[in-house]
Amino acid sequence: MRSTCQILRLKHSPAVTTKKNVAALRRESYTVDFIKKQIEEFNIGKRHLANMMGEDPETFTQEDIDRAITYLFPSGLFEKRARPIMKHPEEIFPKQRAIQWGEDGRPFHFLFYTGKQSYYSLMHEAYGKVLHVEERQDQLRAKGLFSEKPKTKDPIGSRWLIKEELEEMLVEKLSDQDYAQFIRLLERLSALPCDAAEEEFVGRFRRTVTVQSKKHLIEPLQYDEQGMAFSTGRGKRKTANAEAVVHGHGSGKIEINGVDYLLYFPVTQDREQLMFPFHFLDRLGKHDVTCTVSGGGRSSQAGAIRLAVARALCSFITEDEVEWMRQAGLLTTDPRVRERKKPGQEGARRKFTWKKR
Amino acid sequence: MLKGMTRLVSRVHKLDPGRFLHSGTQAPQCLVAHLDNQVPTESPRAISRTLENDPAKHGEQHVGQHYNISIQELKTVFPHGLPPRFVMQVKTFNEACLMVRKPALELLHYLKNTNFAHPAVRYVLYGEKGTGKTLSLCHIIHFCAKQDWLILHIPDAHLWVKNCRDLLQSTYNKQRFDQPLEASVWLKNFKTANERFLSQIKVQDKYVWNKRESTEKGSPLAEVVEQGIMRVRNATDAVGIVLKELKRQSSLGIFRLLVAVDGVNALWGRTTLKREDKSLIAPEELALIYNLRKMVKNDWQGGAIVLTVSQTGSLFKPRKAYLPQELLGKEGFDTLDPFIPILVSNYNPKEFEACIQYYLENSWLQHEKEEGKKELLFLSNRNPGLLERLCAYL
Repeated sequence: MRSTCQILRLKHSPAVTTKKNVAALRRESYTVDFIKKQIEEFNIGKRHLANMMGEDPETFTQEDIDRAITYLFPSGLFEKRARPIMKHPEEIFPKQRAIQWGEDGRPFHFLFYTGKQSYYSLMHEAYGKVLHVEERQDQLRAKGLFSEKPKTKDPIGSRWLIKEELEEMLVEKLSDQDYAQFIRLLERLSALPCDAAEEEFVGRFRRTVTVQSKKHLIEPLQYDEQGMAFSTGRGKRKTANAEAVVHGHGSGKIEINGVDYLLYFPVTQDREQLMFPFHFLDRLGKHDVTCTVSGGGRSSQAGAIRLAVARALCSFITEDEVEWMRQAGLLTTDPRVRERKKPGQEGARRKFTWKKR
Repeated sequence: MLKGMTRLVSRVHKLDPGRFLHSGTQAPQCLVAHLDNQVPTESPRAISRTLENDPAKHGEQHVGQHYNISIQELKTVFPHGLPPRFVMQVKTFNEACLMVRKPALELLHYLKNTNFAHPAVRYVLYGEKGTGKTLSLCHIIHFCAKQDWLILHIPDAHLWVKNCRDLLQSTYNKQRFDQPLEASVWLKNFKTANERFLSQIKVQDKYVWNKRESTEKGSPLAEVVEQGIMRVRNATDAVGIVLKELKRQSSLGIFRLLVAVDGVNALWGRTTLKREDKSLIAPEELALIYNLRKMVKNDWQGGAIVLTVSQTGSLFKPRKAYLPQELLGKEGFDTLDPFIPILVSNYNPKEFEACIQYYLENSWLQHEKEEGKKELLFLSNRNPGLLERLCAYL
């Protein structure tokens, strides 16, 4: 427990100096021994934590650690990065470069004096592979065994590394032109017929991209006693919660908390919000809705019902239409909530009147 | 849809709004007779107009259709009493067209079959906000005016219980209060509406206004009205006298009396008027309201009483209240009991179509599109008042 506290405390202690020193703004360099000690302490702390939670220390993964920390130190902070974390020191302390030269002052790497040694060595390696593949192709063509294989690459599903990720990998600053050059070279390499080793090399620089809409589960239609199809959906907006039941084959009637929508929302703007999902899918007079809503004000209740209705309608329509609705913003919960008032200010953003004297 | 638009364009060119003003029923003949003849073939498009301008002849087949009232008739029959938005619409379109609807037809049927020997029957039009109660009342009044009844029309009883600048202590009865302005305005409009009757009806009592002026027994009612209009201080008493005389004499059978009050729930609600010592005044203490209450009781024969309850101008009533029980309160309900309630509801699909057609014909709606109609249907939920407001913005 003490070591975990230590880790956390060490993580949170900034380099505070009483005098404003330019030297303090320089990035703190951690020695290799320091990092090693941190790793040891982390492992010991992990075992302690596993003991505390009553789990097996041998099979205690990072997800278990995260769960345990959120349980032991519950935090209501909105910023996820400000909450207490316990991760491997590799992820916490920024990667630093070991000393690049020996005792005699002679650098280890042959490209040290280019300034960006890892970048140029990577380019060198990649270009070497390109030349190798082309040489192999020439050999095959000379032997006559060359066959034009069409290159199958999955267009969606993976993307190249972005510049920040590459910088992080190489622990070196890059310029935009360097990055563009590198990507061009990799594209060229991937366009040629490569074998497994080269594919693996290229794969190191690609990341997968998840398709957004596939995350959303579409519930199947339910059928009530008369055999009519209906579907439910829930929606939230600010502090309003709504639950809507959409029936197929209706006449465009909407009932909210037992009251007709014309009486519940006398303002046209709210009724337009209700109309949006139906109008978008061109199904204005075709469905009946019964819904309950509580909390919030007039506008947030309208927004909550709109979201609930859109989610319920997903069961009635095709996949493409669901994707269009998602792109129109009908299926996303609006994350805006009321910002808290801060001390020293009159409101969330408004400051007190500034008086010159 | 394009062919629909081209047809509309040609129709709009044929329509000349000025013609309605002068030739009344004849102008739309070329066009509307065309429409009427084409009844069987034009079934998908609702017919929005009818040539039948006499409310007495309106029947089931005219439901959903608009009939025209000429501007002169409008001035004589409705000096006051039309809702302000309708007046604006009349001015814009240069014609006054009312839609024939089921509740009004029902009432007309009852009125046609009234037995004038029995005490006056009370009919109460009720419904949610914007469903057309006031305009149905105006339809009834137009019918009665055509049938030569005497119309006693109070356009909005709520105006008499709020926002009164000058309250005088009544000369007749010290406990009550006078409202000279409202009374004189009403007397002026009453005179315009019922000119021909005022000279026929004779007063049956002597009324002394002050030391110098008095009205002798047997003089025409017009004198009382004139007195009220000229001497604003006595206007409220003049109104009281008019009401009393009319009630007494309608039982004799000389004329038939229609008492039409819009917003009758004001008579039994609360007022926002205060005395000089800031204490609230109850409705009974206002002379106008007191006399009107006597009018609305069914202890006289020879006419009918048509009332409307509305939440729109009412004081201290929740927005969603529309039933007579809620709006009249216990006292009012007991006083008005027994009455015939008539519900006025939103348009049915046919009436909605007809209303849209009417707006299109008057070029109030520019383009006819199916999606637009569906949107309007959804947003207004077929409520006439809301539809009118929405179309005003489009």
